[in-house]
Amino acid sequence: MADFDQELDASGLNCPLPILRAKKTLNQMDSGKVLHIIATDPGSVKDFEAFSKQTGNELMESKEEGGKFHFLIKKA
Amino acid sequence: MSDAKKLAIIATKGSLDWAYPPFILASTASALGYETQIFFTFYGLQLLRKQLSLEVTPLGNPGMPMPMAMDKWFPVLLTALPGMQSMMTAMMKKKMKDKGVASIEELRELCQEAEVKLIACQMTVDLFDMNPAEFIDGVEYAGAAAFFEFAGDSDICLYI
Repeated sequence: MADFDQELDASGLNCPLPILRAKKTLNQMDSGKVLHIIATDPGSVKDFEAFSKQTGNELMESKEEGGKFHFLIKKA
Repeated sequence: MSDAKKLAIIATKGSLDWAYPPFILASTASALGYETQIFFTFYGLQLLRKQLSLEVTPLGNPGMPMPMAMDKWFPVLLTALPGMQSMMTAMMKKKMKDKGVASIEELRELCQEAEVKLIACQMTVDLFDMNPAEFIDGVEYAGAAAFFEFAGDSDICLYI
């Protein structure tokens, strides 16, 4: 997994909390910085794709590893 | 006028289960950059109380999954027994907590943080003699015409 600047563990949280927490964290980050999000909600895979498309924050990576979902999002 | 997309919601229901759609959709829309308003009318006004006492009821709700396959051997009439509603509510709240589903209080707070505009229907407040002091801070009071001013320009309009 590529480098990231900040990490958010949203494990155990269900829709829409992973997205809302991610948005809140991104709000406090500078443009160009990368957020690593860990989630267990299977719905979050599609949701982070949609979040990225609609907000312009680039989804650099999305993968499943060890039963958890990992996302890298670059703040626009 | 801003060029952000707009979501207008009318929230009409005052039970625990139906409290979720308006707050989930409004908070998510805000995270996606939507300007969002929720217009609370009739039983939906219960969602604005500082002290929420929302419940779910199995009554008249054949789609509600019952714990322990109760629906298989439990006559519908017995779901009207005293205490049944609070029992179902307690079970539902526990299940939600176990599954990492946010509480209504939390979602509502997230909506307020994201500047979702919460509007109470003035007519229903008067009709039910509700006390605005029992509502959370930041609620605005308006009528149908005010709703259309925003909804008429909205990209998505939902009646829940």
